[in-house]
Amino acid sequence: MKKWCFAIAASVSLLSLAGCGAPGGDTTASSNKGSDAGIGNSRLQTVLDRGSLICGVDGGIPGFSFVENGEYSGLDVDTCKAVAAALFDDPTKVEYRDLDSTERFEALKGGEVDMLARNTTWTISRDTSVGMEFAPVTFYDGQGMLVREASGITELKDFEGKSVCVETGTTTELNLTDQMRQLGVNFTPQTFQDADAAYAAYEAGSCEGMTSDKSQLVARRSTLTNPDEHVLLEVTMSKEPLGPLTINNDSAWFDTVKWVTYALFQAEEFGLTSANVEAAVNSEDPNIKRFVGAEGTLGSDMGLPNDFALRAVKHVGNYGEIYERNLGEGSVFKLPRGLNAQWSEGGLIYSPPFR
Amino acid sequence: MTTVSSRPIERGAPRVQSIGPVAWSRKHLFNSWFNSILTIVLGLTLGAALFNLLSWAFIQANWSVVADNFGNFMSGLYPPESYWRIWSVLGIIMGLSGLTWGLLARNQPQLFSRNVLIGLGAIALFFILWPLTRPHTPYLIGVLVLLAVAAAAGQAIGRKAPGSTKWILAAWLVSYFVDLYLLGGGPFFGRGTLSPSLFYSIIVMLGGGIVAGWQLSQRISIPQIPTWISKIVLFLVGFIVVYQVLWRLPYALGLDVGLKNVSTNSWGGLTLTLLLAISGIALCFPAGVLLALGRRSKLPIVQAFSVAYIELIRGVPLISILFMGQVLIPLFLPEGVRPDRVVRAIIGLTIFSAAYLAENVRAGLQAVPLGQSEAAQSLGLNKPLTTALIVLPQALKTAIPAIVGQFISLFQDTTLLGIVGLVELLGISQNLLASPTYLGDYKEGYVFIAAIYWVFCYAMSYGSRRIESALNTDLR
Repeated sequence: MKKWCFAIAASVSLLSLAGCGAPGGDTTASSNKGSDAGIGNSRLQTVLDRGSLICGVDGGIPGFSFVENGEYSGLDVDTCKAVAAALFDDPTKVEYRDLDSTERFEALKGGEVDMLARNTTWTISRDTSVGMEFAPVTFYDGQGMLVREASGITELKDFEGKSVCVETGTTTELNLTDQMRQLGVNFTPQTFQDADAAYAAYEAGSCEGMTSDKSQLVARRSTLTNPDEHVLLEVTMSKEPLGPLTINNDSAWFDTVKWVTYALFQAEEFGLTSANVEAAVNSEDPNIKRFVGAEGTLGSDMGLPNDFALRAVKHVGNYGEIYERNLGEGSVFKLPRGLNAQWSEGGLIYSPPFR
Repeated sequence: MTTVSSRPIERGAPRVQSIGPVAWSRKHLFNSWFNSILTIVLGLTLGAALFNLLSWAFIQANWSVVADNFGNFMSGLYPPESYWRIWSVLGIIMGLSGLTWGLLARNQPQLFSRNVLIGLGAIALFFILWPLTRPHTPYLIGVLVLLAVAAAAGQAIGRKAPGSTKWILAAWLVSYFVDLYLLGGGPFFGRGTLSPSLFYSIIVMLGGGIVAGWQLSQRISIPQIPTWISKIVLFLVGFIVVYQVLWRLPYALGLDVGLKNVSTNSWGGLTLTLLLAISGIALCFPAGVLLALGRRSKLPIVQAFSVAYIELIRGVPLISILFMGQVLIPLFLPEGVRPDRVVRAIIGLTIFSAAYLAENVRAGLQAVPLGQSEAAQSLGLNKPLTTALIVLPQALKTAIPAIVGQFISLFQDTTLLGIVGLVELLGISQNLLASPTYLGDYKEGYVFIAAIYWVFCYAMSYGSRRIESALNTDLR
């Protein structure tokens, strides 16, 4: 009897202590309490209190998220860095979690990560029934087709009687069949379980075309023996808008991720880069002054530092810089901007006004 | 009935003496036309494969992905300025290994036999010649020297004080927590990270609290209230007061010193793989033995629990247990209360392996003849002593190959954590191989980590064979 009592007593006291926080704990988080943003219960407050952002990434997609020189890099990673820079003025205050495609939404729902920047296509079901909230698209991908330049194939119709390598069980395969049936082209799909095998077969010449997401085709092309002999067709077979996302029903946090992303777009439109953004506080243009937080209360109204946009751009660069560094001319991929150009240059990158 | 002849078996004409490689190969490889063809065909195939492999490894392959990221392969994204802490951990482990070796081999006339010296020399030469390890050669050689010195010291200690062997296990246990603290850092007297919480809060604070609460409840009694309630209340008061004092005192005194905190999120690579595997092995072994004994127990609840546990866990794939730990537990427990990801991974591996290990141990238990425990009982040993001293040692000895097989597969199963997002050796390789600089070099990366896995698995298997032969009492 006595022993049991003490066992119960000990476990009760353990439970009572489990909830206590460390007295001398890390208190570097700058608590920027919003005036009326209602961030008390928001993930935003959690992140600010913690003093670092936990960002779910893939970790294994060339150009988007990978490790180089002992650091995470890539377009998705830079999105995480921008949010951390906006909140903490320090792009290194991010913890990355590698998530695979099956667990990414669960990890967000369970609160293991604050946001996802993990090559996730914005679809209606993910936005509604899965319960996600999609921030602006940071990369408009689409299914493309890689062919040998010497083969003379310039459009999908030229595949009459030829074969295409494709990964099996993907939407890619279904899209390909749909497109070809629409065009009435008779072709042979060669399906592979594994991407490496599919590209190896394509390189060995067992099929005339190789289809996958364009960004992946470009990344893979650079690993082929003679990359210059291969070209991407102009055609786009599906829409794959990729962007960061947060959990549903948390407006303050969603707004944070959304407007930090827009800030990257808007900075490019304003011509603000990581090099000149700090000088912009002295700009004559009231729009720019508002944007960098030298005027108005755009940031503090959201519960963020007023100069959140300046911080993000200063540390990570504007969207154009991020793109060029990871996928464009500054990278091995040399992927043209295409749909990812600013709206003023014929692309889809468009930020609502900052005012 | 068999009859045994005392005379040697009659032999025919003496055989042609077959010594030397030519005779050997004639006997084993070319003893008939069919075998000759087989030998030639297989030899050519293997030769071609080996030639292709070597020409790939030395001419085509671009090993820069491994060379440039060697530190990341070894320790993930651990901050390079704190690499000395990982070296210290390696030093502690090697020093203790040396001590253990010396203590166990205290009765050997010569510790460093010719073979051992050749082995150590070969390893040292490998460290010097292999381009990847060359930058770290001084450290690695230092660690080897430490091993040798510790072994000599261990033998000397063991000869002077043979009783010191029983401290080996305790030393390893303490070193485990020291190593954890070195890896994790953080304020020494605080909670915060994994290691100090184990080191200080659990051992000192909980221990102090429990002792104080116990003493208080024993010494003071409050009249008018039933004794057991007053005892519980007094225990709680004593516990909480002492716990809180022990917790806050270091901060009040300004003692919040310690190594820089490195969150488990930055642990990775081979270091994390080994930490996961060693922790999992160390925890699943006792759990597995207890479950095996429980399954053979005559107590119905214990037996039912063991059977249910074993059958339930063996019916679930490991990946789903790990997935649950990494993704589903956070759905139930809010942030701040939930255990660290690495802890969850270790728990998952332990839960899974314990069930399999229990069955391996049970197989060993069943191999021990009933006569053994009957004999023990007739000598007057009670049930626990019979199990601990007579049955279990024999059962474990029989089960060594199966147990080590389970350990090896646990070591390899740590790769599954790469899928659920821990950057252990496989996970960090995937991250590194996605880098545009090394795009397409995945063969090199995977061959490299395959070699690492092989070295460790083979070492375990070799160790188990040594233990088996050392414990083999049948042929003495």
